Amino acid sequence: MATYKPVVVQAFPKLGERITKDTAYWRGYKTPVQIKEFGAINKIDFSPVPPYNYAVTASSRIHIYGRYSQEPIKTFSRFKDAAYCATYRDDGNLLVAGSEEGSIHLFDVSGRAPLRQFDGHAKPVHVVGFLSDKYRVFSGGDDYSSNLWDIASATEIASYSEHTDYVRCGCASKVNADVFITGSYDHTVKLFDARTKSSVMTIEHGQPVESVLLFPSGGLLVSAGGRYVKVWDVLKGGQLLVSLKNHHKTVTCLCLNSSGQRLLSGSLDRHVKIYSTTSYKVVHSFNYATSILSLALSPEDETIVVGMTNGVLSVKHKKPEERKEQSQKKRQPAYRTYVKGRTYMPKQEDFCVSKPVKRVLRKYDKLLKSFQSSKALDAVLEPPIRLYTPEVTVAVMQELHRRGTLRSALAGRDEKQINLLLTFVARRVIEPRFTPVLVTVADMITDIYQPVVGQSAIVDRQFLRLQEAIGKEIDYQEELLEVLGMMDTLFATFTEKRATYLEENKSNGLTETIETNTNN
Amino acid sequence: TFFCFHSDIYFFNICLEDCLSSLWKHILHSSEQIFLWSDTFQLVSVKLTKAAGQDLEAKELSVVLDGVDASPKCIAFGRETYAFFYLKKKRTTLIIGKDLLNIIKTKSGNNQFACIACHPTEDCIATGHADGKIRLWRNFYHKKDYTFSTLHWHHDTVMDLAFSMEGTSLLSGGVESVLVLWHNESNCQKDFLPRLGSAIEYISMSSDGTLCCTLHTDNRITIINSNLRFSKSIQGLIKSRDVKTGLVVDPRTKALVLNGEPGHLQFYCLQSDQQLFSLDIVQRQYIHQAGLNQADLVKVAFSAQGKWLATVEEREEVTDPELQLKLWLYDEETQSFKLNTRINMPHEDHITDMCFREMDELEDDSLILVTAGRDCVFKVWVMVEDTDPEGSVSWSCDFVGSYHNYQATNCCFSEDGSLLAVSFEETVTVWDSITWDLKCTFCHPPGKIRNICFGRLTCSKYLIGATDYGFLCCWNLLSCALEWSAHLNVLVLQPDPLSEHIAAVSWLSKESSLFVFKPNEPRPIYIQRNLCKEKIQLAAFVPRDEPETIVSEKYHWLRRSQLFFLTDTQELMTLSTKSLEERLTPSSKQLAVEESLPVTPFSLLLGKHRRQQSHEDIDLGKQVHNKHKQDSPAVKELLHTPAHVLPSASFLCPIFINSLLISKENKSAEEVADEVEMESEKTEDDSDEERGVTEMEQEDTSAMELLGEMTRKLSKSQEKELRKIRKMDYSWISAF
Repeated sequence: MATYKPVVVQAFPKLGERITKDTAYWRGYKTPVQIKEFGAINKIDFSPVPPYNYAVTASSRIHIYGRYSQEPIKTFSRFKDAAYCATYRDDGNLLVAGSEEGSIHLFDVSGRAPLRQFDGHAKPVHVVGFLSDKYRVFSGGDDYSSNLWDIASATEIASYSEHTDYVRCGCASKVNADVFITGSYDHTVKLFDARTKSSVMTIEHGQPVESVLLFPSGGLLVSAGGRYVKVWDVLKGGQLLVSLKNHHKTVTCLCLNSSGQRLLSGSLDRHVKIYSTTSYKVVHSFNYATSILSLALSPEDETIVVGMTNGVLSVKHKKPEERKEQSQKKRQPAYRTYVKGRTYMPKQEDFCVSKPVKRVLRKYDKLLKSFQSSKALDAVLEPPIRLYTPEVTVAVMQELHRRGTLRSALAGRDEKQINLLLTFVARRVIEPRFTPVLVTVADMITDIYQPVVGQSAIVDRQFLRLQEAIGKEIDYQEELLEVLGMMDTLFATFTEKRATYLEENKSNGLTETIETNTNN
Repeated sequence: TFFCFHSDIYFFNICLEDCLSSLWKHILHSSEQIFLWSDTFQLVSVKLTKAAGQDLEAKELSVVLDGVDASPKCIAFGRETYAFFYLKKKRTTLIIGKDLLNIIKTKSGNNQFACIACHPTEDCIATGHADGKIRLWRNFYHKKDYTFSTLHWHHDTVMDLAFSMEGTSLLSGGVESVLVLWHNESNCQKDFLPRLGSAIEYISMSSDGTLCCTLHTDNRITIINSNLRFSKSIQGLIKSRDVKTGLVVDPRTKALVLNGEPGHLQFYCLQSDQQLFSLDIVQRQYIHQAGLNQADLVKVAFSAQGKWLATVEEREEVTDPELQLKLWLYDEETQSFKLNTRINMPHEDHITDMCFREMDELEDDSLILVTAGRDCVFKVWVMVEDTDPEGSVSWSCDFVGSYHNYQATNCCFSEDGSLLAVSFEETVTVWDSITWDLKCTFCHPPGKIRNICFGRLTCSKYLIGATDYGFLCCWNLLSCALEWSAHLNVLVLQPDPLSEHIAAVSWLSKESSLFVFKPNEPRPIYIQRNLCKEKIQLAAFVPRDEPETIVSEKYHWLRRSQLFFLTDTQELMTLSTKSLEERLTPSSKQLAVEESLPVTPFSLLLGKHRRQQSHEDIDLGKQVHNKHKQDSPAVKELLHTPAHVLPSASFLCPIFINSLLISKENKSAEEVADEVEMESEKTEDDSDEERGVTEMEQEDTSAMELLGEMTRKLSKSQEKELRKIRKMDYSWISAF
């Protein structure tokens, strides 16, 4: 003997992105805080030590912001022209920055005046950084050269003039204190070893290189230039591992998250894409108001800071972990009542009576089970179901139609209820998933209440709204068909070259509703 | 009525085994009389006199009334009266008492009598009516003063009624498939046992009142406790209204799969005559009510290993049909199919055919499903991996093909899966299953293509098609030319999955014929004319567990698999090469195994004793008797098999008689019988063939028709019998 089968509420796949672990993680940030800077922000760098202040280089200033401060807690403004690439040393005490006039300034974070100044570049220096031994600084300038400086003596140790165009990005290895790389607009990335006279490796990126990044292990190198982000295996002599093309404008900045599992790239197309470093697939993406120039993640992924071309700094903080609500909980029976008798082992002479599992039916199911059609319809027209889960309402309507009792369930309603019904129908009839059922419902309502049209202003208005909604939808569908026709002609011209006579109308997917459901 | 009557016999069997039915008991009790009513609409009373022992002897036979409905629902025996009503005049007359005590006629309208029951202790008759009301009649001994009260719950005809033993409660059932228990004959006190599966045809109470059982229209008996608790159901092949899915063989269980309960798929085990399980496909509450369009299962396809199951369900709607394509994945843990993907409206019109690409050795991701629809396209569905990290799969459309805007009617894959043939009305198109290019087209005008199939194994270069204009065509795929064609009105075209053979069932002038052929030669290997009188709707080759050794060259094609047919009256038949006796042997062997007891010291002792006894018997020269006991599986089978699955007595008679013969003579007798058959084969062509076809499950054999057949054929069969008996060697009699 079968039990009552509840009404099947068809689950439709959610359009758009699926909720994965990544989307949940990356969505866990508060709405961004916007800070206006004086010019395009070319570099953001987090201090590697708590409290994780970050230095923002924009125009001729370097601002240092605290974790939650909206105002800079410190400013370095001793630049005649634009400053570039303010970078922290590993211990967070020193800051180095390039400048438009070609000199490199080294600051103490607590002081104001530069501790050292390295002169030697003839043209602006866009990239500077510390080597991991903390005593040397590398730099790359628009004079095509990459230099190495000693901090203590403020002298140039080495100068490599191997690039044939502006050097605009670079990074030092964290594993080896002598190794650093620079990327240039001559489409190459060069790996230098301070112990040798020339570069040890050259990687051809294919586009002007905007940003380079070394993995903490030092084995993998990521370069960004043009629309491409490319990952290279340094240990294999610079073999291309993967090439990613997920942006539709130049990629300007790269960044790893704290665990090294995710790679972030910002681009002029206003998007930040997050890749998994195992599969190199995009797992999430953010979009921003304007083109992105720089990007940084604080340790522990606490903050995402993005700098844009219009000088706006967008700061996103992670939401605090949600604590489970414990207040206002109903007082429930003591734990003892639940476990009472649970551990009892039946003896041999005991006669076991198992309690049948009680199935909980929804209110409308209970009513449908006892064939009370009108009441079942009333139950699903209650505000919470009608407003938040219209699919339940429609499923019950369909079930009533299937049982042949929809007409009687719809009939005999007063002005208020008709108004309610018509509002629902007029609002939802254009949704493709509901259209087949609601068209029938609308048809029946018009049929049943035709004689009373004109007696109530409210109902008449709802009828007009319904008419309007349907008219709009028809126009929309016509337009879609036109587009479809245009596309078909385009496809026809494409396939002519192949000289086959098969008709492939995959484009019809627009009109058909294909729903897949995996969790049912 | 056909089904009802047979099912009643079914019912009686059960009742006799379990507990005597009330009707039967009353017949026995009421003053040693038996009332018989036959298809001649007569009620006959037989006076019985108790003889010694259990045998009863009929003395007098008198006709009580003419024109009684043949249905047993139309008569009931009360405390000291009986009541019945007529079929004539649309069941509008109720007659009470042997001496026509009272005649009650219903007024016009929809309230004809449908069934009747008598109160066991009081003078009260309950009648069920076509309008769903139950009327309780009292005081009917007086011509005019009779009274009645009405109980109303059913919305359709009350199919059967039964009083409890004390008469305090009344059970009723009908199309709603709800068993209603009325307490104290009042309208407000009632209990229900809902959702019994299908319409209730008969209700019966056991004599001690602890059990009640209902018989349903779908060939099922439900046993219910007196407190309206479901206790057990007895079922074989479930009869559905219309077998739309066709006969499909589940590759995993080798069970026959077809429509079962509404919206369910039944897996029916042919060997054990049992329903293995019923899979709920539609998953919606089925409303038992006439005139409702409810979703039903129309197409089923299994992937080669039985891992995937595709089903199509549709709901006939005036404006647009509601279609759903569902794909089920076999779950090893639960040992059942689990819904993987549901596709709403896979086609804009009905789906006409569906098939999986059957590739045994290839991996899962090469699995392809093709559906052909009346919306002039065929669609190819493939598995895609979901983006979520669990890597689950779902199905989506990969390719849509069409041909000159003709309706796609059939589709099938070649054995190696490289080619797909889709028939579009008059044309068969062949597609490459990798690039989805149209390779070639075949056409045999006039007439639309009804069936297509590819040849297998050595004949895989052939494509067979049957048109509704009565042609069977075979095209060569290498030369793209017509190899041969034959004029044959083919209804069913069924290739054997394990051999090259293809079975075609034709329908010509009120009889179905079977042709078995290999595609490489136009001459059929086997022809069976007059297979059965009914139209054969579906056929299926069921692979045998192990190839059978078949001596006869004629039946060699049945070696690897067995052919089953389903007629439009839903009789399931099979072709068998063996005689009935041979076929019964394995099952009786099974019985013997069941009977064998575990070896205990006692059984050893007993066995020793028995062996000794048998030795003594041999010594005594009673060999004949012993053999007799051992070598008569047919007799054993005859006695052990339930009566409802046994063939007719006339069929069993020669086997029974043959089994009584001593082995030596037996052989000669069989030889003689064979000779007779050879002779008869020459004279009447069909007698031998009729013997070959036996009903596997006689679910639909009406006793009425059987009776009629027997009277018609009596002379014929008698003659045959006589001839046989005349030629038999009766020397064995002298052995006694």
